[in-house]
Amino acid sequence: MLLRKLGTHMFDQIWHFIVSNFLFGDAGELKACTPLLESGIIDSTGFLEIIEFLESTFAITIQDHELLPQNLNTIENIVRFIEHKKGRE
Amino acid sequence: MCGLAGFVSLSNNTRAAGLSTLMTMVRSMQHRGPDESGVYIDDRAGLGHCRLSIVGLLGGGQPIHDETKTLWIVFNGEIYNHFEIRSQLILRGHRFYTNTDSEVIIHLFQEKGEKCVEDFNGQFSFAIWDSIKEKLFLARDRLGVRPMHYSVYNDTFFFASEIKAIFTVPGFPREMEETSLDQVFTFWTTLPGGTVFKNVFELLPGHTLYVNHGLKKQTKYWDIPLYPREARYDFPLPRMIDDIRELLIDSIKIRLRADVDVGAYLSGGLDSSGIAAMVVRHFNTNVKTYGITFSDSRFDERMYQRLMATSLSINHSETEATNNKIRVNFGRVVWHVEKPLLRTAPIPLYLLSQQVHADNIKVVLTGEGADEFFGGYDIFRETLARHFLAKKPCSGLRYRAIEELYPEIFDSQRARHSMHAFFSQGLTDIGHPFFSHLPRWKAVCRTKAFFSSDLKNAVQGYDGFDDCKSRLPPDFGNLDIVGKAQYLEIMIFLSNYLLSSQGDRVAMGNSVEIRFPYLDHRLLEYVGHVPTHWKILGLDEKHILKSVLSRLLPPQIVQRRKQAYRAPVQNCLIDKFDTAFTESYLTEKKLKETGLFDPAKVAFLLDKIRSGNAGSETDGMALSGIASSQMVHELFIADFRPDLPDCEFAILEDHRSKG
Repeated sequence: MLLRKLGTHMFDQIWHFIVSNFLFGDAGELKACTPLLESGIIDSTGFLEIIEFLESTFAITIQDHELLPQNLNTIENIVRFIEHKKGRE
Repeated sequence: MCGLAGFVSLSNNTRAAGLSTLMTMVRSMQHRGPDESGVYIDDRAGLGHCRLSIVGLLGGGQPIHDETKTLWIVFNGEIYNHFEIRSQLILRGHRFYTNTDSEVIIHLFQEKGEKCVEDFNGQFSFAIWDSIKEKLFLARDRLGVRPMHYSVYNDTFFFASEIKAIFTVPGFPREMEETSLDQVFTFWTTLPGGTVFKNVFELLPGHTLYVNHGLKKQTKYWDIPLYPREARYDFPLPRMIDDIRELLIDSIKIRLRADVDVGAYLSGGLDSSGIAAMVVRHFNTNVKTYGITFSDSRFDERMYQRLMATSLSINHSETEATNNKIRVNFGRVVWHVEKPLLRTAPIPLYLLSQQVHADNIKVVLTGEGADEFFGGYDIFRETLARHFLAKKPCSGLRYRAIEELYPEIFDSQRARHSMHAFFSQGLTDIGHPFFSHLPRWKAVCRTKAFFSSDLKNAVQGYDGFDDCKSRLPPDFGNLDIVGKAQYLEIMIFLSNYLLSSQGDRVAMGNSVEIRFPYLDHRLLEYVGHVPTHWKILGLDEKHILKSVLSRLLPPQIVQRRKQAYRAPVQNCLIDKFDTAFTESYLTEKKLKETGLFDPAKVAFLLDKIRSGNAGSETDGMALSGIASSQMVHELFIADFRPDLPDCEFAILEDHRSKG
């Protein structure tokens, strides 16, 4: 259900980025709510790659104080965070 | 330094393999010993040898025998205290016909049997054949500096310094061992005793092996000397510093023993600089040193090498490891190391030994081992830091303390977040035997995502962590948190990677012998008793070694932050203008041929690298590991073509019965 609700263009872009760059095309058991760091899908440098991707793709600047797990640890949280951020701008 | 090979038939019904098999085994390893070759053969066994002459230049050809020509030995390596042992043996009535350390081994073996190894200070692997009792005895040095592989095929026990010699045995089946690949893509190397090939094993470091007809008996004579807190020395630091200095000077002294010139590797770090400085001060002011340089400043240390060379007034040669040279020599290096590599770091060392060989130097000292035993690696400091955090994981204060201790990795707010995540992994289980290494190993395991479904199926149910746990000694749990980390680092990475893939193999590939003053077992025993806090004081790594060496070195060398030796991966393997590397190993067709990796995923990885977005260490390890596994498959399984140069056998002892 959640997947469907989040099935936006933004969601697809982020999903695609993670699947091609960290899972090399094989989405496997990835879900919108999969914890990215804890599940081992991304490592600490991967985390920085995601931030750069989000900033350049969605034309936003993520502040240091926003680099929190609740904003970035799952795809659904990332989408929520970016939407919220764009909504504010 | 040399290469050795041989066989013994395991039952009375089997005739030993033939002389030509033995000679081919030896010829396939000529790079290890280009100076001289020899063989011994009787109805049950054969021993073969190729020699790089370093001690007893004339008349030291092997196999060597005892007074009665009953015992025969082939030997690879050095016994540094052979003078001392020889004079005692002469006093006890032994007679010698050469000046070699090989002959000393055989006479001490006569007296003490398998326990002879305990008296040897050196780096060695050897095989002794008792032609009367029909028993074969194999031994390997304490840390596994010198290689010794073996296998049983056709009711015959085969052994050799390198696997390729065993593969020249007619009919020998060559297959990849999948669980070993799983290990390489977890620990960066195979676990002790295994190779990436089915039915080919390595004699464990610090072990001996008897082969008596069908029976094999393996005995451990030494273990890594790390001790629990209560066994540590409690005398004052200045005395420990003096003792370590004396042991190190003596270790260097006996490692300079050779009938040829001895050079030294100089990286510009503390350890190799310390050795060069001690050599110059105490033994040889004209020592030649050799160092690697990189065009990429992240890896390059030439500034420090030049600083040392100037301060010691020595003749230092630099070998530039360009991206092109690394890429072009990768396959050749894999041929020598005989296993996949998750890093490219061995290749510059191969280029370096090429330079040493071209200079007619046969022996070099290196600084390997100090980081493991004196606590130099980041992983030890990380372990202390994580242990400190684990006591109160939510404390902001504790994180801040760590940030102050690691200013260079917390230099940006962004990195800070990911470093917090890294340091926080697995904090709940301080008692876990792999507390120190799990975050790192789990990161490496991410490279297994590229395994093909066939390979995944083949290793299903295999758990490398469990396997590794089962190899730990019973008293492992008594070590402190850094001691455990050191044990793992030494057992796995030092013995099976640094001393092998980045040590013996890439040096012998160019007929150069390397010697390790920091790995003298007397020094290691001593350092094992030094309390951890003198090794890592606060988070000052190798504190006690710095105290030993500080008087000999410029302050910039002592004070510089440890720089791990690394070489570039992505930029150098994937080159826009030279696609031969990719086409030879990484195309869909090539990947399907070996069946080891998922071609679609590898294509994603290559795209990521070409787009410039694959800076992560995991991507680099995956690329290097995949390409080198493909090479191993091509060189050893699909298209095995050993170099078999013509070779004259100066010694040919044929003791077979006629008819």
